[in-house]
Amino acid sequence: MTTTTTGSSALTGAVGTAHTRVEGLAKVTGAARYAGEIPFAELAHGWLVLSTVARGRIRSVAADPVLAMPGVLTVLHHGNAPRVEGDYMGPLGPPDPVLQLFQHDRVPYVGWPVALVVAETSEQAREAAEALTVEYDTEPHDVAFSAGRSGMHTPEGSAAGKGDLAAALAASAVVVEAEYTTPEEHHSPMEPHGATAHWDGGRLEVIDSNQGSRFVADELAKLFSLDADAVRVRSEHIGGAFGSKGTRVHAVGAAMAATVLHRPVRVVMTRRQMFTLTGYRSPTAQRVRLGADPDGRLRVLDHQADCQTSTVYEFMERSADFGRPLYDADAHHTVNRVVPLDVPTPTYMRAPGEAPGSFALESALDELAEKCGVDPIALRVRNEPVVGPLSGLPFSSRNLVACYEEGARRFGWADRDPRPGIRRDGRWLLGTGMAAATFPMLSAPSTAVVTAEADGTFTVRIAASDVGTGARTALTQVAADALEVSPERIRMRIADSSFGPAILAGGSMGTRSWAWAIITAAGELRERLALGGAVPPEGITVRSDTSAAVGALAQTQKERYTFGSQFAEVAVDVSTGEVRVRRMLGIFAAGRIVNPLTARSQFIGGMTWGLSMALHEEATRDQASGGHVGADLAGYHFAANADVPHIEADWVDDPDPDDPVGIKGIGEIGIVGAAAAIANAVWHATGARQRHLPIRPDRVLRAAGGAPGA
Amino acid sequence: MALSTSSAITLNINGEKHALPVDHRTTLLDALRERLDLTGTKKGCDQGQCGACTVLLDGRRTVSCLQLAVAAEGREITTIEGVADGERLHPVQQAFLDLDGYQCGYCTPGQICSAIAVIEEHAAGWPSAATADVRPGPEVPPLTAEEIRERMSGNLCRCGAYVSIVQAVARAAGAEVTGDAEVTA
Repeated sequence: MTTTTTGSSALTGAVGTAHTRVEGLAKVTGAARYAGEIPFAELAHGWLVLSTVARGRIRSVAADPVLAMPGVLTVLHHGNAPRVEGDYMGPLGPPDPVLQLFQHDRVPYVGWPVALVVAETSEQAREAAEALTVEYDTEPHDVAFSAGRSGMHTPEGSAAGKGDLAAALAASAVVVEAEYTTPEEHHSPMEPHGATAHWDGGRLEVIDSNQGSRFVADELAKLFSLDADAVRVRSEHIGGAFGSKGTRVHAVGAAMAATVLHRPVRVVMTRRQMFTLTGYRSPTAQRVRLGADPDGRLRVLDHQADCQTSTVYEFMERSADFGRPLYDADAHHTVNRVVPLDVPTPTYMRAPGEAPGSFALESALDELAEKCGVDPIALRVRNEPVVGPLSGLPFSSRNLVACYEEGARRFGWADRDPRPGIRRDGRWLLGTGMAAATFPMLSAPSTAVVTAEADGTFTVRIAASDVGTGARTALTQVAADALEVSPERIRMRIADSSFGPAILAGGSMGTRSWAWAIITAAGELRERLALGGAVPPEGITVRSDTSAAVGALAQTQKERYTFGSQFAEVAVDVSTGEVRVRRMLGIFAAGRIVNPLTARSQFIGGMTWGLSMALHEEATRDQASGGHVGADLAGYHFAANADVPHIEADWVDDPDPDDPVGIKGIGEIGIVGAAAAIANAVWHATGARQRHLPIRPDRVLRAAGGAPGA
Repeated sequence: MALSTSSAITLNINGEKHALPVDHRTTLLDALRERLDLTGTKKGCDQGQCGACTVLLDGRRTVSCLQLAVAAEGREITTIEGVADGERLHPVQQAFLDLDGYQCGYCTPGQICSAIAVIEEHAAGWPSAATADVRPGPEVPPLTAEEIRERMSGNLCRCGAYVSIVQAVARAAGAEVTGDAEVTA
């Protein structure tokens, strides 16, 4: 037994200093094991079979011939699958009905799961799955998304506004009205969704690739009508998620098959299956109207954003929300509309709403700056609100102007000639552009368990997830400072649902919410240790639950956001229409930065997504079949190394003394506004507006009426 | 008589011989991951499009998902588990670790194997699409950022860690990162 002290001198100050990742050595040596990589004795392999028609009913599943194939153990389908519950409320609302695996014969889109073939080896399972004949009675389908098409409606709570639109428009000296579109986009994390499920002493154990081990465990318990503590989900390492890794059908299928077969079953999606089974960002069609005085002061901000969902579940891409905290206007109206189609259900994807919404609104702002003859930054500064434009509430902190100023200084914006289409570098036309970024700062209740060990170390247990964000490392630093010890004395254990309730990694609120729980528990533990005495062999453990504190913060009503400014320089090939980004700079106001090394990576990663969104990403749907064309990483191109120039990201001070944590989220703001900054730069280079993403060479050439600058 | 669908083979991996029976359809990637518990090599797409499964085959980088295990017999296979010198990390591994050349880590083993080969390919004078003058000469052209980006483009990273990856490869190669537009004025 030893006496533990929590450090007598000054704060260790781990927060705010660069730390390489706690799990870095495991990741660079290949030792880090992801969900599909934990060995199990007697492991069986499941292979999902997806519908090939877009609408109809399953007439028959010819399981018998497949069951006779070598190694095949079972074929689960709607004719024989165990019951799965669907009538419950999850933390994000009712469940997507796709999770009720194999419960009926209806097919609502191409790529709907219709069977799971399980065999001794993955080769056998794959061959059998491909051999399985499923017959359908088909019905006509409709997958054609367009602005304002039939069926487009405005769900309750998706519109917000103030002021008389017609009057404000009439009073506007300058009006910009334009339509913008963004395509269907896919998360495409490098690690395919995979899970291994098995029963262990009356408990369903699932090793799964997800963003929230507790979140998935709770959902699996509800789906299979089990007690909450009869399901344990672990997700030690996750190979990217970006919103796509909530509870997904592979985990449900693995749990179902493990229950039926009484042995461990692994189900890993193929890359192609991920395109229909893991969500995506809806295409959007957005109309923006801006009205302003000659000096650019906004009288009208009118943003209408249309998106699609499936016929089985309503998920909205809330693009029009983006402008609500950003600019004031006499008439300020934003509305999100949605149409159900015979397509898979979209979902949260990095900066849901803000990513496509910022493309439209920040492009329109640039068009207004051009019309008014006002510098794009000056225009934005002129329209900075003092309080929330719609709420009238104060901002908890708002350092957007500082982001503009620091970005402009470092990017060399002051020397910019605003005229478009006048800079040449050989065959390249050059231009620069900028845009604003914002994303809500959210918090959610979480619990943490912190133990002072007898050997002088501390163990932190929290059902947090590190999907590549660096959360494990950031939380280690937070815990070290909260306990006033060096990070080396912290053992950070995460991603195990048995550690207690915690918010999943999403909405840029993970690290903030988890840190809050850890700080709370650590504070109480320090008080206990300060009483003196020895630490017993089993240690001293304190549990925290931030439910009440999070609720109390919500009572102090404020507008809570992160902000940023995005800058880009592009070169446009005058003969091919190819756009190359030459440099990008992002300056963010995002609270206290815990780990500058990994935070910079996250900001730059988001900006890389913005580049990819601006120039490359586009999932194409075939109207005739209702399915994708080229649903793979060749057909769906996201930015490769050669597409990405040197990118810099940095931040300004963004203190919020009244906030109990001080940490804001940084996972999403990096993508916000980045595509608009690039589109605005393309206009500056060529003189032609690009209102449809991605900015493909054909679009650049068409906009120029042949060849840009020719 | 039914044709045999499996064979007993011996794979030479990271200097060790592994004897195993394999289904003829088994890819080298699946043999490593599912048969030999060498899970450092990752499966990202299983169709040769992402580079996550990159290993070194007789010193050259190869996507192991497009290689049948039976065809790898008799060749020297190096995976991420075999690139370090005991406890001492390979310079590419160390640079990825120090410069945060990754986020989720899933593409990382493939990136590192690829980068090791890139540095050797460049040193041997192999040109790339980014090489301005491809004529053989006494001087190897510098390993610019543009060269690294081009040569590393077979390895996708969805987290968007390319900026740090380029810096890590350059540091491991002992190269000055040149030819890169400065972001800030």
